[in-house]
Amino acid sequence: MQNAVLELKGSSFTLSVLHINSKDLDRLLTELDAKLAQAPQFFVNAPLVLNLAKLADDLPDLAALKQALHQRNLFVVGLTGIDSAKADIAAKLQLPLMKSGKDSKNTPAKAVVPARSTKIVKQNVRSGQQIYAANADLIVFGAVSNGAEVIADGSIHVYGTLRGKAMAGAQGDNHAVIIAKTLSAELVSIAGNYWLSDSIQEHTNGSGACVRLDGESLIIESLPL
Amino acid sequence: MAQIIVVTSGKGGVGKTTSSAAIATGLALKGHKTVVIDFDIGLRNLDLIMGCERRVVYDFVNVINGEANLNQALIKDKRCDKLFVLPASQTRDKDALTKEGVGKVLEDLSKDFDYILCDSPAGIETGAMMALYFADTAIVTTNPEVSSVRDSDRILGMLQSRSRRAEQSLEPVKEYLLLTRYAPTRVKTGEMLSVEDVQEILAIPLLGVIPESQSVLKASNSGVPVIVDQQSDAGQAYADAVARLLGEDVPLRFVAEEKKGLLKRIFGS
Ligand SMILES: Nc1ncnc2c1ncn2[C@@H]1O[C@H](COP(=O)(O)OP(=O)(O)O)[C@@H](O)[C@H]1O
Ligand SMILES: [Mg+2]
Repeated sequence: MQNAVLELKGSSFTLSVLHINSKDLDRLLTELDAKLAQAPQFFVNAPLVLNLAKLADDLPDLAALKQALHQRNLFVVGLTGIDSAKADIAAKLQLPLMKSGKDSKNTPAKAVVPARSTKIVKQNVRSGQQIYAANADLIVFGAVSNGAEVIADGSIHVYGTLRGKAMAGAQGDNHAVIIAKTLSAELVSIAGNYWLSDSIQEHTNGSGACVRLDGESLIIESLPL
Repeated sequence: MAQIIVVTSGKGGVGKTTSSAAIATGLALKGHKTVVIDFDIGLRNLDLIMGCERRVVYDFVNVINGEANLNQALIKDKRCDKLFVLPASQTRDKDALTKEGVGKVLEDLSKDFDYILCDSPAGIETGAMMALYFADTAIVTTNPEVSSVRDSDRILGMLQSRSRRAEQSLEPVKEYLLLTRYAPTRVKTGEMLSVEDVQEILAIPLLGVIPESQSVLKASNSGVPVIVDQQSDAGQAYADAVARLLGEDVPLRFVAEEKKGLLKRIFGS
């Protein structure tokens, strides 16, 4: 078998978001240059996401803005704060439309991750069922069967036997963990780094276990549950 | 109000029809007015197992379509006057079963009967969904092998999410495991899962264990539900299951390997 030359993994990055609150390009650049003068090192070659939420339809010349930012060694990597109906704006600039959890709720964007909530499932998750805890930890008071899938943006706790698939940190949180009373899974994945049952079996004795990410690789610690 | 019981499995050939016939007959023999309905449209065989195939005039689909009334379609059992069969159509396709139509028939039967058993077809398509939708109780028929257990697990998920009780947030469907075609010798050699293995995975109460038995084939060939043959192991095991369904506490039988006689042990079998 040939070694794969490609690998697709989910990861999360911290990106600076530039909020554009005016369509007046000159004013924008004057203000930007003043900011850059305060902390020139901080912004060198920084990837930036432009947030256009405040502007509705009245947009500045985005191509010119992108160009001007580039001249200042700032690289625009995406747009956010416009609804997907206006995706053509992003397409014209050859930029992806990005969504952060905050956009959908229209809260004033800050650089903090919103607090996570918890989803509790009080029964066995059966073959063919899929449970997704969006922006939450997932707790299952029961078993997860072969052929069932549990997915969470946060961590996953299974207080029964985990026989199916479990994917924690589904949006790239590599601090997420999977904890199971008995680990006998078909697949475990943290932030896109996964193991299939063969690798899982090599690293467990079928008792309580915690799966987490140590750097780039998964580790399984046994837990007295 | 009748209790509606679905006999279901996901997988085909595990013993749903055999079990529907046996349990319906067992309930009727204990004095409860019972009707058993064949939901396997196009592949009907409940009437064969019940020995009434030559008396089928109208069927379930005729009643749903208003082409016959219930009294015309229900077939009274020869042996027990508390037992009735509502046969499936051999010719029509499965889409004949609609939620409204099935619901109306079950509602009408509910007024008259104590128990309504629904013999589900295999799979997770319309027919199987219609059979389980209105259920109060599910008898999940499972063979001691991995694929059957997996399909039963899938059906349990459907009962939790797609049944009327789930949709209307009522008390959930009562789920029971009926382990059929159980062969203790093959469990011992590791060819089959044990009762404990299956229970561990499905995690629902055990209604009974029916041994793999010649008597089942004999019974179905003669059109007599196996529970009527109380000399047979399978017949006795079904009687135990019916007693448990009615709330009695009956010890499990036929789960251990039969002891070989001394001579057999010395000379082999
Ligand atoms: N306990 C048993 N021992 C031996 N054969 C059995 C037993 N239960 C069912 N069978 C046989 O298995 C086959 C399938 O049974 P059936 O009740 O028609 O299953 P289903 O309705 O689930 O398709 C039939 O040939 C039946 O005689
Ligand atoms: Mg059948």
